Amino acid sequence: MNKRKSIVILVLILAIAVLAGFFVFPGAFGNKFLPWKLGLDLVGGAHLIYEIDTSQILENDRESVVEGLRDVIERRVNLFGVSEPQVFTAQSGNSDRLIVELAGIKDVSLAIQEIGATPFLLFAEVVNFPNDLTGTTTLTQDNFIPTELTGRYVIGAALTFDNITSQSQVNLSFNDEGAELFEKITEANIGKPLAVFLDNQLITAPIVQAKISGGQAQITGNFTLNEARALVSRFNAGALPAPIKLIGQQTVGASLGEDSLSQTIFAGTIGTILIILFMIVYYRGFGFFAAIALIIYILLTLLIFKLLSITFTLAGIAGIILSIGMAVDANILIFERTKEEIKKGVAKLPAVEEGFKRAWLSIRDSNITTIMTSVILYYITTGFVRGFALALLIGVVISMFSAITVTRTMLRVFTKNL
Amino acid sequence: MNIIGHKKIYLFFAFILVSASVASILVFGFRYGIDIVGGTLWQIKFIENKVSAEALNQFIASELKVEGTQVASGSTESLIIRAKEISEENHQEYLAKINSEFGAIEELRFETIGSVIGQELRDKAIKAFILVLFAISLYIAFVFRKVSRPVSSWKYGVVTLITLFHDAIIPIGVFAFLGYLYGVEIDINFIVAVLVVMGFSVHDTIVVFDRIRENLKFGSSSKDEFNAVVNASVNQTIARSINTSLTLLFVLFAIYFLGAITLKYFILTIIIGTVVGTYSSIFIASPLLTLWRRR
Repeated sequence: MNKRKSIVILVLILAIAVLAGFFVFPGAFGNKFLPWKLGLDLVGGAHLIYEIDTSQILENDRESVVEGLRDVIERRVNLFGVSEPQVFTAQSGNSDRLIVELAGIKDVSLAIQEIGATPFLLFAEVVNFPNDLTGTTTLTQDNFIPTELTGRYVIGAALTFDNITSQSQVNLSFNDEGAELFEKITEANIGKPLAVFLDNQLITAPIVQAKISGGQAQITGNFTLNEARALVSRFNAGALPAPIKLIGQQTVGASLGEDSLSQTIFAGTIGTILIILFMIVYYRGFGFFAAIALIIYILLTLLIFKLLSITFTLAGIAGIILSIGMAVDANILIFERTKEEIKKGVAKLPAVEEGFKRAWLSIRDSNITTIMTSVILYYITTGFVRGFALALLIGVVISMFSAITVTRTMLRVFTKNL
Repeated sequence: MNIIGHKKIYLFFAFILVSASVASILVFGFRYGIDIVGGTLWQIKFIENKVSAEALNQFIASELKVEGTQVASGSTESLIIRAKEISEENHQEYLAKINSEFGAIEELRFETIGSVIGQELRDKAIKAFILVLFAISLYIAFVFRKVSRPVSSWKYGVVTLITLFHDAIIPIGVFAFLGYLYGVEIDINFIVAVLVVMGFSVHDTIVVFDRIRENLKFGSSSKDEFNAVVNASVNQTIARSINTSLTLLFVLFAIYFLGAITLKYFILTIIIGTVVGTYSSIFIASPLLTLWRRR
């Protein structure tokens, strides 16, 4: 390859690196249109894992119920005022999960309460009416058969008062499907009580007087005015189509997250400086180019992270720093080979070319195991491990480019054939 | 360096380390992290008063009546509580009680992993572990598929697997010991760190073996000459092996001493693995090869 071509490539690489530098550096212009996305282990926040109880739901409905539930929770979570809350579902074996991520939230316990307060409503037929009808009667007893009519069919609620007793009541409106169900259920239970459960507690069990069509139901419990009001607003935010249970949480305080971020970036910087010093002291001129290639490598890796909008987590940073430590491996392989060639009496420039040629197979082979490991880890695992694996993978792939192409181009341009 | 000539010393040293690790695992066993067995990890910092780990531990045992809890000092004067799974209601209740007893606190971290999720994470980690081992073995078989003289190619593969075992068992043994001494736990991150170490170690060994095969192309196959070729090959790659590990160790030590405390044991595992992996690729892999050749 002729020298002029190498110079053009080098200028191009340097231009991209400088642009990448401006783009990724916090506070520089890149932040304006694409800010860093930081994981909640770095900015503080909560990662909540709920289990969705789909045992009462027909298999065909499962998907729509889970999706509906996600929407309801998302609407609630959006009211918390955290930026970009994440609500998503995941299937794990036979059970469905709902995962809520609230980065930067201040009061986690309040958020958990609010999410948990999303009402779960269920109508149940009564088989054998219990005598001691109290507020603590739960659905688990044998006297009730749950119907298909649940909060998922509720489209709105309103607060009303009984004309005679002034008792607060909650008026529920069902959607068409729910109205049809309600009509069927009331028709089948004329003269019998119909139990209404809210969050698994029996609220009321009025005797059905007639078939009710039109999709309006009225719940008269022993609500105080405030309870009724809270209930109405919760129903309007959406009722849960299936009950959920908190089975795992991870909460990181903002100060711990900030400390982790600054400490680890500092550590990465020190580690990088040590590598650069080592390379320059041990390999002299070659080492200097390897050091520049390393800096370009770091900039490019960060650029890829930012362009792909990958959320930066502590694990990801650890993966990147680790890959920085490995990135010069290719250069070391090449330089050791080059030194051998020079010892044999080969001129410098051909020695460099020979070093690259001979080291290439080793470089390719040696990176394959790390690539395999990180791909497997990425696809199988979740959370910390996944972020680490992704960073390691991206890092190793880019390092093959930087250590070979970038270093070789620089050496081609600057090596004088003595 | 006459590595092959002194191979008995190097192999004996490795044998001692591996035996000690196996003994450590058998004697001390493992302490598992909450991401494997489920449980709660709670890190708090007292703002008003200085509270010792013992005082908090006693309070939790006697007042909150939580059993099997452990309190340890964390970074920046915080305390880390490890317990069985604490529900959200209990969490709030305990928080209020600790608050009224010891004054204002800041919650740095609260992690609860139910046994269901613990089980899932464990299954995933085991699956990943088996797959990675399988992939690495396949890769080794692929790399050494070509028949070479005077040592048949599958022997290279077996030796690589032996060094792999060496590199994995020593960090595991060290962590069993640390678990006994300081309560250090084996968690999912540890398993991942061991996998990463195995990946590094394999390629280190492959670089040395590649060199041996390259040099063998030109030599004859008498025993003495074979030993000489192997010794020369190890010496040709030794600078590369050590330098590569050194640059990796620079960043690892930087994170270990300066980085986030949550990464500490993850990084320590990789540090131990990198050191023993470098040792094995220089002082175990090639000597084993010449030992085998003799028979």
